[in-house]
Amino acid sequence: MAHPTALALEFHLVAYKRTWRSSVFSSFALPAMFLVAMGITVGHYIDERSTSIGVPYLDYLGPGLLAATALQVAVGDSTWPVYGGFHWTRVYHVMRASPLTVGDVLRGHLAFVLLRVALSSAGFLVVLLLFGALHSWWALTTPLVAVLVGAACAAPCFAFAARATSDGAFAVLFRVAVVPMTLFAGVFFPVESLPWVARLLAYVSPLWHGVELSRAATLGTATAWGVPAHVAVLAVWCAVGYVLALRSFTRKLGD
Amino acid sequence: MAEDEALIAATALVKQFGDFTAVDGIDVRVRAGEAFGFLGPNGAGKSSTMRMIGCVSRPTGGALRILGLDAAKDGAAIRARLGVCPQQDSLDLELTVLENLTVYARYFNIPRKVARARAMELLDFVQLADRAGDKVEPLSGGMKRRLTIARALVNEPEIVLLDEPTTGLDPQARHLVWERLFRLKQRGVTLVLTTHYMDEAEQLCDRLVVMDAGRIVAEGSPRELIDRHSTREVLEVRFGNDPLDGFADKLDGIGERVEVLPDRILVYTGDGDAAAAQVHGRGLTPSSVLVRRGSLEDVFLQLTGRTLVD
Amino acid sequence: MVTTLIFPRAMSRLDHRASGALSVTARNLAAARHAAYWWVLLSGFVEPLLYLLSIGVGVGRLVGDIALPDGRLVTYAQFVAPAMLAASAMNGALAETTMNFYGKLKFMRIYDATLATPITPMQVSVGELIWAMCRGGVYSAVFLVVMAALDLTTWGWALVALPVTLLVGFAFGALGMGLSTLLRSWQDFDYINVTQFGLFLFSGTFSPPSDFPVPLQILIEVTPLYHGVALLRAITTGSPDWTVLWHVAYLVALAVAGLTMASRRMGVLLLK
Repeated sequence: MAHPTALALEFHLVAYKRTWRSSVFSSFALPAMFLVAMGITVGHYIDERSTSIGVPYLDYLGPGLLAATALQVAVGDSTWPVYGGFHWTRVYHVMRASPLTVGDVLRGHLAFVLLRVALSSAGFLVVLLLFGALHSWWALTTPLVAVLVGAACAAPCFAFAARATSDGAFAVLFRVAVVPMTLFAGVFFPVESLPWVARLLAYVSPLWHGVELSRAATLGTATAWGVPAHVAVLAVWCAVGYVLALRSFTRKLGD
Repeated sequence: MAEDEALIAATALVKQFGDFTAVDGIDVRVRAGEAFGFLGPNGAGKSSTMRMIGCVSRPTGGALRILGLDAAKDGAAIRARLGVCPQQDSLDLELTVLENLTVYARYFNIPRKVARARAMELLDFVQLADRAGDKVEPLSGGMKRRLTIARALVNEPEIVLLDEPTTGLDPQARHLVWERLFRLKQRGVTLVLTTHYMDEAEQLCDRLVVMDAGRIVAEGSPRELIDRHSTREVLEVRFGNDPLDGFADKLDGIGERVEVLPDRILVYTGDGDAAAAQVHGRGLTPSSVLVRRGSLEDVFLQLTGRTLVD
Repeated sequence: MVTTLIFPRAMSRLDHRASGALSVTARNLAAARHAAYWWVLLSGFVEPLLYLLSIGVGVGRLVGDIALPDGRLVTYAQFVAPAMLAASAMNGALAETTMNFYGKLKFMRIYDATLATPITPMQVSVGELIWAMCRGGVYSAVFLVVMAALDLTTWGWALVALPVTLLVGFAFGALGMGLSTLLRSWQDFDYINVTQFGLFLFSGTFSPPSDFPVPLQILIEVTPLYHGVALLRAITTGSPDWTVLWHVAYLVALAVAGLTMASRRMGVLLLK
């Protein structure tokens, strides 16, 4: 007999069969296009001058975009679909009517989101390989990094989406959190050139730690604070997010 | 009737969607001040006819003149003088109750001040004045329908088109709508409505046409139609769960005509009680016996061999 | 004699048509006054600013100066800012005329009721576009103020650029509205999003089209956003020449084509 969480996951996998095509498009094609537009053409100008980043810009940007994609996929998949599970398809309520516990419902969906994150990051890794942006065998660990970033971002989003009263909140979440993180948390340029307040925010954000880990893995270099520190920060995001999410789900689904 | 008397004059009107003919050459004249009905089951072509009269659907064939104008050419000018209450409420859920009227009034180029005053008046008329500032979403079905009717009146139309005005409403809400529509009629507004409820047609219509499969099968006032195609009274008998096929012969000769439906048998007669006595006289023991007056339902059954509401 | 008779009548007809379109705009204004919508509207202009600061300033530090078509060197932020402005005009207009318009057309079925009045499909299209322009115009104005404040353009050129952003928005809005009438489900918006993002990245936004191989360069110069970017870049960097006329003509043609298609298709969809 399969674990109940696996049963909840299975539901999402079946549903995904119908929509995977368009989601592959947006979770994979978009960052790849970004890589070409910024990494190659703008990179050309950057590489002409000797700069602080020390490696070709494409190689610098690639792992950053990989982590940013994990963020985008994780937040996108843990906001609207979670809200929908409560309010539109009401699939959570349906699941609760079965022997599944609230924890199973939550973990099943979270596992599905992380699977999506892992797949899109693995796909993006292949793109990086084709562009010659990988310089170390450690690059093989980047899907793990992506899953960690994904969990750190998705878990609190599950809590947020479960408590949201309107889906309009998610567009705002993207604008005030996801887009600023993507643009300023070290993906495109080093955070050292940010003013100190912005830099502090970047240090708190899960994405910067993911970018550091991912970049260290593909370039085979050291990270700013050392691997354990970055992993620890991400783990805190995951743990706090999970506790909040479980609490929100329990309140909504009444246990 | 002379052409110029008719507010709406359809001649050999046809509407086709691809190979499907929804309206198959109908002739209709609607006079000023009357309440005119299209009665028929779902799919009879009533809504297609209404959409053509509302000038949001172009006739495939025939002629359609409304308010003396050609529907095919002067759509906007005609629409300016019509009020439309569509079958499905198309209220704007992003606006308040009052705004639904004032915004709509602007589409008729009605000055803002006039629009506001008229909207308040209409909300009073449909008994929604206390909900003016509320969103539309939480209103009940009956309230939404009344608001849609109010919206249709915002341009002080000469003709009001009502497509299935009370379909989907509970009995209480229906009566309230009927009562408001009756008031409108009293004010001299021309009403054109479609319905598949015979009681609605009898309540509201001065004159009606019975439609089936895109054609008009009968025309007249409700009374005339009943007199012409039905009897004064109808006896309805049921025989529990027994199959009814065999009873047609056993009831033969009672009343003017016998109609066997899946669940009951109708006996058309001038005197229902006498017919009931005859049934018992033949040694039959129905599980239930009901005598009622002939209705448009019977007219439709007689004309098409089918019931109105299936 | 003839003109005095015909002219007022023609004017009053035009006036009547315009007021019809404006009443559609007024509906959106009334709707926007309610609820959480304002949040979404307000947060809209922040995004291009963030891109400007991140790519223009942050990445700009790595890039240094870059050459304009006429050979003049400008900072990377000066180079990227007008492109962000054009992209923001495009995105703002498309947000209103694809997702929102489609929702009103197919889901909320707002126009079913609108078209039962004397309002025509063309008036609905124009009215919706005017609304999109109101929204986009505010974003563009804020962005231009920031550009001028950061010394990325002069106040004078910023003033010239504002109506041009409206033209860019109008063209994309009309195009978006036309395309929305062809869509069958929400899923189809993924294609619009990806195309939109592709245009954003590859319209001479981050580097001149001349950096690409010739076939790609030609492709870029055919796509619509390129014309918006080139036009606004010529203006905000204070170097307009005769080519701006060609860009303007392209955008005007796009607007006319989009509007025609949108109102025709709406007629087909709703006036069956």
